[in-house]
Amino acid sequence: MINLGVNIAGVKLKNPVITASGTYGFGKEYSNFYDISKLGAICVKGLTLSERLGNPPPRIAETPSGVLNSVGLQNPGVDWFVREELPMLKDKGCVVIANIAGNTIEEYIRMAEKISESDTDLVELNISCPNVKEGGVAFGVNCDSVHQITSVVKKNCRQPLIVKLSPNVTDIVAIAQSAEQGGADALSLINTLLGMRIDINSRKPILANNVGGLSGPAVKPIAIRMVWQVRNSTKLPIIGMGGISDWRDAVEMILAGATAVAVGTALFNNPYAPLEIIEGLERYLINKGINDISQIIGKVVPN
Amino acid sequence: MNPIVALCPVIEKKTVAQGIFDIKINSPELAKNSHPGQFLHVKCGNYILRRPISICDINCDSIVRFLFDVRGDGTEWLSTVKIGDTLDILGPLGKGFEILPSDKRAIFVGGGIGIYPLLATCKTYKAPTVFLGFRNKSYITLIDDFVNYGAIVDIATDDGSTGYHGLVTNLLEEHLKTSTSDMIYTCGPKLMMKKVAEIAREYNIRCQVSMEERMGCGVGACLVCACRTYKKDGSETHSFVCKDGPIYESEEVVW
Repeated sequence: MINLGVNIAGVKLKNPVITASGTYGFGKEYSNFYDISKLGAICVKGLTLSERLGNPPPRIAETPSGVLNSVGLQNPGVDWFVREELPMLKDKGCVVIANIAGNTIEEYIRMAEKISESDTDLVELNISCPNVKEGGVAFGVNCDSVHQITSVVKKNCRQPLIVKLSPNVTDIVAIAQSAEQGGADALSLINTLLGMRIDINSRKPILANNVGGLSGPAVKPIAIRMVWQVRNSTKLPIIGMGGISDWRDAVEMILAGATAVAVGTALFNNPYAPLEIIEGLERYLINKGINDISQIIGKVVPN
Repeated sequence: MNPIVALCPVIEKKTVAQGIFDIKINSPELAKNSHPGQFLHVKCGNYILRRPISICDINCDSIVRFLFDVRGDGTEWLSTVKIGDTLDILGPLGKGFEILPSDKRAIFVGGGIGIYPLLATCKTYKAPTVFLGFRNKSYITLIDDFVNYGAIVDIATDDGSTGYHGLVTNLLEEHLKTSTSDMIYTCGPKLMMKKVAEIAREYNIRCQVSMEERMGCGVGACLVCACRTYKKDGSETHSFVCKDGPIYESEEVVW
């Protein structure tokens, strides 16, 4: 019997495959395709204190092996999530991660309080969204502010706190250590890399927001490298993400040091990608004669 | 009906104008569940993003037809598929057109490649009126299909090389001076649809429009294909072309 189960800050996941925030809505759409409780966990669309309409379209552009997006945190607000979306996910037996983003520290605190009263399983602190003018990534690129916001939210949050890191920083290790010192229970990385595309005929950027976040296979080597560096410098469990499209990518990310992986952009191509990754991980372990996924976490053999 | 991922053999492929291709696939699953106005999300080679393409026609409970214009790398790839190749298609997706009883009066206003999603709806009516606009006569496609389905077709071209010389919306306005309709269906450039919506409002005729936007997931999860629309209480919001559309009541859209 192969054990694919992992533990993120005391929360048990039946397997290490999570759907990444912003790519899976609140799970409803994909539940038309399959039983979404087969996933390790679902990280829901980034939530704000009040409803947000997001940025104008176009909000997406394809790039070589990647995708740029500038949704800008469109969401119905945290109260709607708790009241209208969370019950269905919990009824189905899903492990739910609530991704929260604020303009101010006070907003993060109020959201943490609201989520604390719900049966959400984990909270992901979004201090890395590149598509909003205030808050978002502004909190995530400076060690002092990462430390401060992590510790303040942690005090007001009943659930284990995951801090989601931006790759748009000079030193990912220093940022990760600040989150750890601030009391984070886990880390997730990487959010998208800021990018841009220009239409050479109209000379206009393709995204209405001019710039957006790059995801997909193009960013995978950066994500692997950052997860590996962070693994070597903190003790926190890591959810690794960035271009994970198939089980080989997932194995690579786990070997680099991730306890779990999140799948995002790959869903746009293949709605079944997360389930195929779970099956592929199991086959990999069987073929390697390994009976527990935990035996490969961080087991890259560096030169 | 829930969407599915289907592997569909290409059974017919034609070039109907420069850069415009007409493909028929065999998929009983898609054909039985597709509604006119819905779209297919077609995987194009190794490109990550699928390409959303409207359903043009559905036949014999097994054949789905779509036409597309080569716009970029993805559609360029799609133009190279051959009869017998298999396409990976996610669909049917989105909300289709609302179809009235077949003896009702229906007008169809299409512009350029926007005429394709109208055909399958058009054929459900006994005597539909169709106005189609094209850049010039070399871009004229699908007329015979509309005629074969019993439509009275009038054409406008930007350069006057065939039919009326001018905007297709002028044909609609002229028609409504002496006639009315129970519904107007439109698809084409946004400015054209906006004008059709204005005319429909002026004559107090219900109008459904087919909107377009760059898409990601195609199922309503990633929230990229935003369309500015009115909520029931009159406030504005961003709805999603892939899930809330592509077909909207013209009065729902913030033009």
